[in-house]
Amino acid sequence: MQSAVVVERLRVVRGGRLALADLDVEVRRGAITGLLGPNGSGKSTLMRSIVGVQRIERGAVSVLGLPAGAPELRSRVAYTTQAPSVYGDLTVRENLRYFARLLRAGDAQVDDVIETVGLAEDADRVVNRLSGGQRARAALATALIGSPEVLVLDEPTVGLDPVLRRDLWAHLAELAARGATLIVSSHVMDEAERCDDLVLLREGALLAATTVGALRRQTGEDDLDAALLALSAVDGR
Amino acid sequence: MSLAAAGGTSVRVLMQLRRDPRTIALLLAVPCLLVTLLKYVFVGQPAIFDRIGGPLLGLFPFSMMFLVASITMLRERTSGTLERLMTLPLHKLDLLIGYGVAFGLIGAVQATVVSALALGALDLHVAGPAWAVGALAVTNALLGMSLGLLLSAFARTEFQAVEFMPAVVFPQLILCGLLAPRAAMARPLELLSYCFPLTYAYDALDRITHDGTLGAAGLLDVVLVLTAIGAALALGAATLRRRTA
Repeated sequence: MQSAVVVERLRVVRGGRLALADLDVEVRRGAITGLLGPNGSGKSTLMRSIVGVQRIERGAVSVLGLPAGAPELRSRVAYTTQAPSVYGDLTVRENLRYFARLLRAGDAQVDDVIETVGLAEDADRVVNRLSGGQRARAALATALIGSPEVLVLDEPTVGLDPVLRRDLWAHLAELAARGATLIVSSHVMDEAERCDDLVLLREGALLAATTVGALRRQTGEDDLDAALLALSAVDGR
Repeated sequence: MSLAAAGGTSVRVLMQLRRDPRTIALLLAVPCLLVTLLKYVFVGQPAIFDRIGGPLLGLFPFSMMFLVASITMLRERTSGTLERLMTLPLHKLDLLIGYGVAFGLIGAVQATVVSALALGALDLHVAGPAWAVGALAVTNALLGMSLGLLLSAFARTEFQAVEFMPAVVFPQLILCGLLAPRAAMARPLELLSYCFPLTYAYDALDRITHDGTLGAAGLLDVVLVLTAIGAALALGAATLRRRTA
């Protein structure tokens, strides 16, 4: 099956430094791909490139067979930024209604996604008065509107407590089971466990494209943090 | 061009503003306060109040909408919501038209309130019909808004956006003919004044409040102002980049 995302020799310069150095990555359809790496490794830049808001130096990014950022993709690819980009002076519901309107999705779906992210009780509260975790979930909810085929989520679990984190991952797995492609970034290795595939980045370059099982086998380490360190050591640093 | 997207954006902007009653109160009260102030500053010279009062009914909405629009757009830019919107099926011009309709409505309310006060309680005399003064005031609000949206692209911080006010609005106010007839200015300044859209907005207001009718020249003024609004919005849409560094 054709990959959902194909990144070829992608080179991006951000703020005068090389953020991505000739990166080649493929993302499988209908799976959760975890994008892992330390802060500054290029995760957000790669995600921005995939949704087509990143100015790129050279290389190519295609999503669902179309060039990233193509107008046809705007209703098929959803994106959440690292900082929750929702309107702080609107309620959760008002935010979602606006996104639903732009995506031509019905109001019924607004209620559905509110339920999904567990914000039913707080749907009519102004986002600025919510906790950080609730705000992150409100932002995630905006990405679920319109039943996108590809979801690009930049650190969606930051600030969530363990229960919510588990529920959220369960929901992401459900979306993948229904055929959606998910690209989820994280800087904590224990979330790798939840992903079908792993893309490990370091300093704008690909450290490994692997799976949790393969990573463990390859390094002989059960602990994922240790596995990542072992892999980095093999890489010669 | 999508009615749903532009309309949805207008509704969203208005709802955001509704959560900020102090801003609404300031938008409505400040022009009223200022025009009242002028009335009693010139209480001994009512002719001066009549001369500048009419045009000011349009110049207040112009200045305030410039500021409100540029800050709102800058906030959209810095909060990450603009980047989010750029990944959605939303045309850039629809976003700006959505803003335009929302701020146009606020400008209309503002212009109506301050015109009602000035023409009523403060006994400001204008030669033309009140509705025409009001309509020109709304046009001024739209001009301020469209310039504010455009200029916000050049501001990185809210400080810079606020500082664009004295940099962009004040020179236009000084040269538009309000302080002194443009023909009496130093020649280079008179020529410079022709480059500023506010000059035409002022001229139209001046004609309607003193001559009572726009005439052909005033009509041309209005056309030029409308063109400037359209051009500023189109340029504003061009400065919105889907891809950023």
